[in-house]
Amino acid sequence: MTAMPPPVVTREHGLHLLSQMLRIRCFEDRCAELYSAGKIRGFLHLYNGEEAVAVGVMQSLQPVDAIAGTYREHGHALARGIGMRTLMAELLGKEAGCCRGRGGSMHIFDAATRFYGGNAIVGGSLPLAIGLGLAEKLHDRKAIAVCFFGEGAVAEGEFHESMNLAALWSLPVLFVCENNYYAMGTAWARSEVQTSLLAKVAGYCMRGESIDGMDVLAVETVANQLVRDVRAQRTPAFLEARTYRFRAHSMYDPQLYRSKDEVKGWEERGPLIRLTSRLKEAGLMTEDDFQRLQSSANAEVDDAVQFAEQATIEPVEELQRFVYAEETL
Amino acid sequence: MANEFRMPSLGPDMEAGTLVAWKVHPGDAVKRGDVVALVETDKGVIDVEIFATGTIEKLLVEPGTHVPVGTVLAQLKNGEASSEVPAPPAPASSPETVGAPQVTVHAAVQPPAARHQRISPAARVRAHALGLNVDSLRGTGPGGVITLDDVSKAGRANAKRANSPSEDQVHDMRRIIAKAMTRSKHEIPHYYLSIECCFSRAQGWLDQHNAAVAIEERLLPSALVLKAVALAARAMPEFNGFYKDEQFQAAADVHAGMAIAMRGGRLVAPAILNADRKPLAVIMSELRDLTTRVRSGHMRAAELALSTITITSLAEEGVDLLVPVIYPPQVAIVGCGSIVERPWIVDGLVQPARVMTITLAADHRVTDGRAGARFLRHVHDSLQSPEKL
Amino acid sequence: MSAAEAITRRTTYRDAVRDGLRQALLRDPRVFLMGEDIGRYGGCFAVTKGLLEEFGEARIRDTPLSESAFVGAGIGAALGGLRPIVEIMTVNFSLLALDQILNTAATLCHMSGGQFPVPLVIRMATGAGRQVAAQHSHSLEGWYSHIPGLRIAAPATIDDAAGMLAAALACRDPVIIFEHMNLYNSQGELTAAAASADLEHAAIRRPGRDVSLITYGASLFKCLTAADQLAMHGIEAEVIDLRVLRPLDAKTVIESVQRTRRAVIVDEGWRSVGIAAEISARVMEQAFYDLDAPVQRVCSVEVPVPYAKHMEEAALPQVAQIVAAVASMFNHGQ
Repeated sequence: MTAMPPPVVTREHGLHLLSQMLRIRCFEDRCAELYSAGKIRGFLHLYNGEEAVAVGVMQSLQPVDAIAGTYREHGHALARGIGMRTLMAELLGKEAGCCRGRGGSMHIFDAATRFYGGNAIVGGSLPLAIGLGLAEKLHDRKAIAVCFFGEGAVAEGEFHESMNLAALWSLPVLFVCENNYYAMGTAWARSEVQTSLLAKVAGYCMRGESIDGMDVLAVETVANQLVRDVRAQRTPAFLEARTYRFRAHSMYDPQLYRSKDEVKGWEERGPLIRLTSRLKEAGLMTEDDFQRLQSSANAEVDDAVQFAEQATIEPVEELQRFVYAEETL
Repeated sequence: MANEFRMPSLGPDMEAGTLVAWKVHPGDAVKRGDVVALVETDKGVIDVEIFATGTIEKLLVEPGTHVPVGTVLAQLKNGEASSEVPAPPAPASSPETVGAPQVTVHAAVQPPAARHQRISPAARVRAHALGLNVDSLRGTGPGGVITLDDVSKAGRANAKRANSPSEDQVHDMRRIIAKAMTRSKHEIPHYYLSIECCFSRAQGWLDQHNAAVAIEERLLPSALVLKAVALAARAMPEFNGFYKDEQFQAAADVHAGMAIAMRGGRLVAPAILNADRKPLAVIMSELRDLTTRVRSGHMRAAELALSTITITSLAEEGVDLLVPVIYPPQVAIVGCGSIVERPWIVDGLVQPARVMTITLAADHRVTDGRAGARFLRHVHDSLQSPEKL
Repeated sequence: MSAAEAITRRTTYRDAVRDGLRQALLRDPRVFLMGEDIGRYGGCFAVTKGLLEEFGEARIRDTPLSESAFVGAGIGAALGGLRPIVEIMTVNFSLLALDQILNTAATLCHMSGGQFPVPLVIRMATGAGRQVAAQHSHSLEGWYSHIPGLRIAAPATIDDAAGMLAAALACRDPVIIFEHMNLYNSQGELTAAAASADLEHAAIRRPGRDVSLITYGASLFKCLTAADQLAMHGIEAEVIDLRVLRPLDAKTVIESVQRTRRAVIVDEGWRSVGIAAEISARVMEQAFYDLDAPVQRVCSVEVPVPYAKHMEEAALPQVAQIVAAVASMFNHGQ
């Protein structure tokens, strides 16, 4: 853990970060509602509580950078700039969705923002990020690859293979571990003998930082430093963001593995509450400002839902499209 | 006797037949049940089985020759008599004796698969295209399977024979039917009785049964009627047999003939042997088999010769009432019209019902109307309890 | 051989594969090789020998023993605009990367609605016959051929060994090329036909009228030998080299069977639920009424491939079995 001076933030930037997190929170809550109503199906993993990680890290990235994520990636998609309409349409299985409704919640892809998924295999996106970084290196381009994954992926062999390869080959990859302390229902301490991630990272001779992932300003500050270094030095780095998911693993689990008090304690330190009170205390935001941001987020979600509901589904005749590439080289 | 293969009697009326083709050559081993020749009779071209086992020594009659029943056609070596071989020179020999082993073979002893000729798909397709009966072919493939090559050779042999089923044959058939029907109307004092038979219960039972079984096991109304008639014939033997030499001979078994139209204006009525004793499923499967083989022009002799009573139906032609003509020397025939929707009164209420008009034509020399009425009532009542058929 | 296929030179399968790799590296700067011991060691089967010296470390990348990571990295590199050729030493090791191949390489294009095709080539050695026992003798081509989104190639000839790689690189889909271990030392003529090797068609390697021997990979040569023996008995076997196992060129197979009316499938994979079963099913579906005999399969015995030579031979399809399978369809001895 690195001690950080309190980050300085302007009113404009503070409101921007808050609005990004509010959009995600509002979107996720609506997803839960739509899931309950049977409009969204399949597995649905919501990002409530972890918004600061995606929003903070995305602030430090450039459009040329490549991103690979997990199945809990709505927040990353929104923070990266994928339109809320196309995202919601995807969740509703519509042709207007970013993947024409073929991916769904766990498989959000967007070529325009270099968003390489959504991956429903734990740890599956780590090797992908290695390859994306390798491509940047061999092309001699200045972009970097960022890979988000949960602490559950650390138990997978692919984590270790990928960390090693990135360091061995000096690839411009930022590993972002969203440590929310539970791999589904298995507590971090119950699956690892070495619970210090930075100690593991040290074994791969890689720079690592561990931060409070509920503090978006802290995430942004440290991510900025790491991204700058990765970009400049063409070497990988590791960021652990300690965070917490407020909702169940997928939609509805009985949450036998954690207490209500534990959840409540984290909620009181939630990223939205933290930033809101900080901005208010600093006199950078009024309650009116907050309400305005909240309404704006709600309105955007309303619009996205309306768009998605009205969108059409892909004709079933297209079922076999895209099994293979449609354009040749 | 066992060393001679003679022109068989293929029907009560058959006096002579034309040898169309040999299916064996001298030196061939034959066994009981093998088809050894094709014979043209009044009823069409028939595969003729041999009832002895041995080796063909000499073929005595050339294809195309018209010879009387009983004529020795071929000599066998090491012929082993079969106990049921009828004495060929006696055309009037009891047909049941010929039929009996057939029944055993077809229904009881051998598993259904054994009835199929082993033939490759390609050979089957070619045989169909050439109009060849696969049962008459000899397989030279592994395990005796009929191969494409076998069919092609048989096809070439057929073409050489140039005895194509021509207009003449159709004309012959018409001539034969004309002869039989004229004789029937000249000699047999018919009387006719009709009954309107409610088919609703039977149809309901059929629908329920058919919904539960595979397509190939589905029953058709004709199977029910045939069984009902066979049961009536067993109950009332005076309708089941032959009128010959100025007297009626009741048959010991019920072989119910089903009139089946062939392409080109031919009509035959092959028998379901012992139909009164067979379950519906067996009757249905034999009906299907008969229809297929009749339409491809190949019949077993016994099936054509042995009918003791006949059923004829124009149910598919939309005919209400069919008044049939007895096929001599039989003494009864049952005609079925279409099953139609009619108002039907049950307990004073008009209800829609499915109705079939069943007509009995019987020989007044043997029975009278009262017996005929009982016969028809028997058929009618059987059809009201289809589950018991 | 036609004039157009004039002999260029006599070579080994190994050199032909290397030649294909070299040409690809020379032609396209985006192409690079990645795999275990492909650089300094020169390749487990010496296929990549000399390439490191010619093209340098950046393009001939030795990897740690991390199949999942380097195959996944190949996928990422393909997405990032490169044309990676990943070598997995042998098919058995590919199972460590199966997740990346099945869950990512094969799905991404479809799952992303066509946004992310994965132009990745994976080469691996396959097959038995060198007494390397149960864990190094698999023929899992059938497994991989089961997966939509992949293209599966099995070059058997020298021309295909050299030429199929270019076809694989010319398409934007993940292609797995299975090279049979026993073929690396085989010799033949590399001809101009290598340049037109495609990823679509099966090839009739020997025409015949009586039976279709359908095969791929190293079994091709067993079939050709069997066909020579059968010819001495008056049976002319048509030998079809499938070349591409997915998508399968059913048309060539079916048309051949329709001509010959008999099919024997020779597949070094295990008999159950494999390529041979698939071909047999297609023949049933599409050529049933043309058949003059039941389809026969000559496959590996369903045991882990044993080490001892006589046992290994007994486990694998052999020429005598192919001849016997064909003979059983004809009326010999009757």
